[in-house]
Amino acid sequence: MLEIKNLHARIAEDGTEIIRGLNLTVKAGEVAAIMGPNGSGKSTLSYILSGRKDYEVTEGDILYNGESILELDASERAAKGIFLAFQYPVEIPGVATMQFLKVAMNEQRKYRGEDELKTPDFIRRVKEAAAELKINPDMLKRPLNVGFSGGEKKRAEILQMALLEPSLCILDETDSGLDIDALKIVSDGVNALRSPDRAVIVITHYQRLLEYIVPDTVHVLYKGQVIKTGDKSLALDLEANGYADIIGAAA
Amino acid sequence: MAAVQETIDQVKLIDVDQYKYGFESMIEMDKAPNGLSEEIIRFISAKKDEPDWMLEWRLEAYRRWLTLTEPDWARVNYPKIDFNAISYYAAPKSTPGPTSIDDVDPEILKIYEKLGIPLREQELLAGVKTSKIAVDAVFDSVSVVTTFKEELKKAGVIFMSISEAVREHPDLVKKYLGTVVPTTDNYYATLNSAVFTDGSFVFVPKGVRCPMELSTYFRINEKGTGQFERTLIIAEEGAYVSYLEGCTAPQRDENQLHAAVVELVALDDAEIKYSTVQNWYPGDKDGKGGIYNFVTKRGDCRGDRSKISWTQVETGSAITWKYPSCILRGDDSRGEFYSIAVSNGHQQIDSGTKMIHLGKNTSSRIISKGIAAGVSQNTYRGQVSAHRKATNARNFTQCDSLLIGDRCGAHTVPYIEAKNSTAQFEHEATTSKISEDQLFYCLQRGIPEEAAIALIVNGFVKEVIQELPMEFAVEAQKLIGISLEGSVG
Repeated sequence: MLEIKNLHARIAEDGTEIIRGLNLTVKAGEVAAIMGPNGSGKSTLSYILSGRKDYEVTEGDILYNGESILELDASERAAKGIFLAFQYPVEIPGVATMQFLKVAMNEQRKYRGEDELKTPDFIRRVKEAAAELKINPDMLKRPLNVGFSGGEKKRAEILQMALLEPSLCILDETDSGLDIDALKIVSDGVNALRSPDRAVIVITHYQRLLEYIVPDTVHVLYKGQVIKTGDKSLALDLEANGYADIIGAAA
Repeated sequence: MAAVQETIDQVKLIDVDQYKYGFESMIEMDKAPNGLSEEIIRFISAKKDEPDWMLEWRLEAYRRWLTLTEPDWARVNYPKIDFNAISYYAAPKSTPGPTSIDDVDPEILKIYEKLGIPLREQELLAGVKTSKIAVDAVFDSVSVVTTFKEELKKAGVIFMSISEAVREHPDLVKKYLGTVVPTTDNYYATLNSAVFTDGSFVFVPKGVRCPMELSTYFRINEKGTGQFERTLIIAEEGAYVSYLEGCTAPQRDENQLHAAVVELVALDDAEIKYSTVQNWYPGDKDGKGGIYNFVTKRGDCRGDRSKISWTQVETGSAITWKYPSCILRGDDSRGEFYSIAVSNGHQQIDSGTKMIHLGKNTSSRIISKGIAAGVSQNTYRGQVSAHRKATNARNFTQCDSLLIGDRCGAHTVPYIEAKNSTAQFEHEATTSKISEDQLFYCLQRGIPEEAAIALIVNGFVKEVIQELPMEFAVEAQKLIGISLEGSVG
């Protein structure tokens, strides 16, 4: 589903290179965890995959379902099924969550040449998905992310993911700022979306989240490269021993 | 940076050329020769078949106007206006004044149809809209038709053009005209008093709740003319009326002048809600052409517990100079001002309000949302004052500005004056830019850039949009989208 080949990328504004020859393959149905110390390029990778323009790809390619997506802008990539659950979801004052969901769903449908959703269908879908995530319907009337608690923000992200039905989900530090109950609800939401034709990339600092969303593969990112790949036991190993040994071995 | 730069470029490209109402219609007109003199004023007065007192009133204003100089304190720049290069009267030959719908020139009806303003009552009734709206259609210098007049009359409401009212209800006009905005008020108001041509007159008698929304639709069509609208709305004790005005003009290279005066009078327990959707031609992308909009709008809460609420959506005009205000004379009276001012291209807006607290326990609320794009300048100028006797006066002001791009400007100039120690005035102001984070977030959800900006901006102005009558809220939202980008609507 996703193939990243020898990717080099830098910050557009000042030319700082962040990703330095990164290779990564994620297959359909796979849950891949990306771990690594602070500043290794984890969040940057999520932005580059979703098409944020603050970064420039200088070398290499990103293939999504066999096609390069480098020329597509962020909204086109989204409409093709790439979804990023933000570490820090952004507030949109004055725009009710419900309204935002409707615009997003319909814009994606428009891009794919599908008809707009009928209002009753839309409301039914949102209600069902919200109930799964234990989201209070009142929250949907409030402006998106404005005054939401940390847990509400992350649940709103997973709600959008469930409704937009992406094929590649990228979760950027979704566990940050969550207490254990919220973490469980969010993880259940993600697990419910696991399917043979969908891939999930979980970016995290901690093993804790991976107890709930069990990965098929674990990749360690350091200085903009994947320096080690393993299965879920690698995450446990990191938790117990830290990054120092792996970094030392790679250097 | 790239994302936002592209937005700026897009907005620049589409710019104000998106103006949808810029078509010109060929209608044979009866037009006064250019220039301003006592002779011209006599000509206008005679055309309108006015009584002598009205002519005298005009002439007095004119003589005073000759002694005044144009104000220059607003943050707007424009070449000096040559008041002798303008024609002060233009009326369609076929429909020289208010008539019944069947006698209106079909070409004029077509224009209003094109503008989305159906004037035939049966068409309005047959439409999907559930609530009825009465319309007074003002075409250049004359009102051509007023709908639902008969039905309103049954409720006791008078709704007609001001020219008709001068003839048919001289006592009411004499009693109230110029009592809120005196002929001596300011340069443009004085000019308007001398040469005003048409506008609407509304009288809602004691205890009557006006059974439908009233509206006036102003269209400037003729070249080389100015439009000098005069509107007077009176709500007697316990009466209620909601009124809306809309305006458009053809796309032309020349600048045209619109200098209006609107006066509202609310007696004890009366309420007037006045909404404006101003969409005069804003000029092209190089700043050529567009309407100069110099307007004096004021409401007098003359009675106790009266309320006047102004809501404005300003998207058009090359220059806007406009401060709809409330004089809170009655005890416990209330004034409100809700404003959305969108400037793009080379537009210049200097707009705001005045809340003059005179009575006891008076309260006012100001919510202003300015959005600046292109190389436009957008200024909020507001005055809140409490008179010595205005015990317990309260005001809350919130001024928010949103900037799109880095070549436009937003300015806030509040004047606050309290002569009574019990007055409580609050002022909050913010200036922000559409952040790249917000934009990227929307894009990442599959919302293209143009739609994302419209969504964010409409969120920003939501508080004010909610104040508009329902029928116009959707239209206003679309209009804001169009003025900023073009893909929406």
